Amino acid sequence: MEHIISVTVENKFGVLSRVAGLFSGRGFNIESLSVAPTLDPSMSQMTIVTSGDERIIEQIVKQLNKLIDVIKVVDLNETEFVSRETAIIKVHTKDVDRAEALRIVDIFRANVIDSTPTTYTIEVSGDPKKIEAIINLLQPLGIKELVRTGRVAVAREPVRQAAVQAKKIARE
Amino acid sequence: MKLTGAEIFIECLKREGVKTVFALPGGVVLKIFDTLHQQKDVEVILTRHEQGAGHMAEGYAKATGKAGVCLVTSGPGMTNVITALADAYMDSVPVVCFSGQVPTNLIGNDAFQEADNIGLSRPCTKYNFLVKDVNDLAATIKEAFYIATTGRPGPVLVDIPKDVSQNVAEFVYPKSVSIRGYNPTVEGNKWQIKQAAEAIMKAKKPILYVGGGVVFSGASQELLELAEMTQIPVDMTLMGLGVFPGEHPLSLGMLGMHGTYQANMAMHYSDLVIAIGARFDDRVTGKVSEFCPNAKVIHVDIDPTSIRKNIHVDIPIVGDCRTVLRELNQILRATVNGEQKDLRKPWWDQIRAWQQAHPLAYHQEKDGPIKPQQVVKRLYELTKDRDPIVATDVGQHQMWAAQYFKLARPNRWLTSGGLGTMGFGFPAAMGAQAAFRDRLVLCIAGDGSIQMNMQEMATAVISKLPVKIIILNNGFHGMVRQWQDLFYNGRYASSDLGTTPDFVKLADAYGAVGLRVKKVGDLDAILKEALATDKPVIVDVPTYPYENCYPMIPAGGCNHEMILEDPPELKMKQSGGAKVTPEDKDTVLTA
Repeated sequence: MEHIISVTVENKFGVLSRVAGLFSGRGFNIESLSVAPTLDPSMSQMTIVTSGDERIIEQIVKQLNKLIDVIKVVDLNETEFVSRETAIIKVHTKDVDRAEALRIVDIFRANVIDSTPTTYTIEVSGDPKKIEAIINLLQPLGIKELVRTGRVAVAREPVRQAAVQAKKIARE
Repeated sequence: MKLTGAEIFIECLKREGVKTVFALPGGVVLKIFDTLHQQKDVEVILTRHEQGAGHMAEGYAKATGKAGVCLVTSGPGMTNVITALADAYMDSVPVVCFSGQVPTNLIGNDAFQEADNIGLSRPCTKYNFLVKDVNDLAATIKEAFYIATTGRPGPVLVDIPKDVSQNVAEFVYPKSVSIRGYNPTVEGNKWQIKQAAEAIMKAKKPILYVGGGVVFSGASQELLELAEMTQIPVDMTLMGLGVFPGEHPLSLGMLGMHGTYQANMAMHYSDLVIAIGARFDDRVTGKVSEFCPNAKVIHVDIDPTSIRKNIHVDIPIVGDCRTVLRELNQILRATVNGEQKDLRKPWWDQIRAWQQAHPLAYHQEKDGPIKPQQVVKRLYELTKDRDPIVATDVGQHQMWAAQYFKLARPNRWLTSGGLGTMGFGFPAAMGAQAAFRDRLVLCIAGDGSIQMNMQEMATAVISKLPVKIIILNNGFHGMVRQWQDLFYNGRYASSDLGTTPDFVKLADAYGAVGLRVKKVGDLDAILKEALATDKPVIVDVPTYPYENCYPMIPAGGCNHEMILEDPPELKMKQSGGAKVTPEDKDTVLTA
């Protein structure tokens, strides 16, 4: 089963290779991995999309925790979470295709971020199904290049807790 | 006061209580060696190969329980020590390895003797550091020792570029270490420990399965108390040997692929496995799906990843073995009512029956070829009063040593378990000898494996490390030959060593003492002579070449299905007819 694991790590050189090396060395799957610094520049946040049965996921979480540069590991599948992925797609567009491309962009609430007489570069963001869908629609026009960020995800605040907090703020 | 990086290095070692460094110099570490040369607090033992330095640090660590330290140069120095680091990683040995690196401004330029030390060592160290600034050196070394010796111990590498050892900085040694991503759990979960105690009280056929973790946490006393209080039999892993007295009536010896019959049977038929500081290695579990089919499992380990990695665990307890055992004993002391012996009687009757049915056995004919087991057995009997430290290489001789050398205390057993590194024994023995100059240190080796680090004989002679090497010389890579006999139709592909060197002359060439046992009747006299010598000694014992090590569970086999002796067709082939018969009762020795 697919799992999204959120990993907070030290922001220093070599950490990415330690994490990647752990996955390759132990034969764990890695579908996507995204990493960037957090608000605190001494730490980075990784979102790893992986898959495996319960036992494997348990090992992945434990092995990640064992890495000395790893500060926190959360298996997001254990809670509610929201996730997004961004894709940048360069599409061939000639004559009538240009209008068709714009219609698709419109439907998916995507953006055209660059344009030449023969291409559009489209930015789209959403869950993986949405990205797949727009790719499928754009494919007949001819996709010249495609880059995807891999998913980033964050746990949702528990609704009750959020409600209590809102009340508290209102009272104050 | 401002010090050079090299001086800071030595000051740090002194503060960590390091007395001995196993080292081999090279271009980028010359400053460090030059500084070491001008002081007397830290002894440098010059090895002949970096792998030797690494294993010596391991032997030192295993015998003392403190971190072993080795120092190597960049490039080939680093690549040579990798095997020892991988070995230490698999067996959780606290080793701090310092490697030289090309100057910081040349890193990444394919400079002379440059290697990516961090990249190379990453998968075989617990952690590694590249020190880019001499101002960070002291704090880094402090962290390295802290990481190597706490939690589940392991090797740590500190890579020091040449300019860092030459530059100067104010020396400040941190008093404490705090790493936000590294907080090993020492205390076990109290509720879980209570569950464990209840399970132990309820169990009818419990077994203790103890490993190297108990050795490193120094919990042998606690283990002894637990076993005696509850009358639970004790199985030791290869790494755990010595942590429970081998001749104690509750000890069933080693379990696993070449474990004793009773140890494996008791494990298989138990209803409660109490695993402490052991990791359910495939050499222990055999076929995982049929491992201990009726047992609940309690698993105490400081490393959470060890728990539920290979097998299902009912009561996991993450924590230091000693701390957890103390707490467990405390609970049990209040509940145990002195009737444990009676309660366990049916279980023990069963175990004794197994013990009597298939004890460890071999045939030594009076005038026949020397049996390797006989050598180990006599060596044990001749030395047990001297509380020796015993190192082994890897192979048949290692398993015979594990079966017949019944160690009474922990930190006496130096062997390569996880990685199975041939060539480990001799340098490891030297490392232990360097830590304990007055103790008796033995190295039981094979004629194949001893040649893998033979060069260290020069180190042993010059550094006056009087290790006694006993070579069980069968002219084969014996364990390989055994597998070929059992599973490859007796085709000896590259296991027949052909000519082995004359080890007596070889010892002589190095300035050590070489002795040879020509017949079984001379065994005791020659061993005694070796033990009385104050120099390094090689005792070459030509043994029966076709002896196989039993019991044996074939890889992936089930634990209660052991091969107990040579299959009939093999017996015929090896005796060239029928020389050895079970009727020769007077020559059957049991251990």
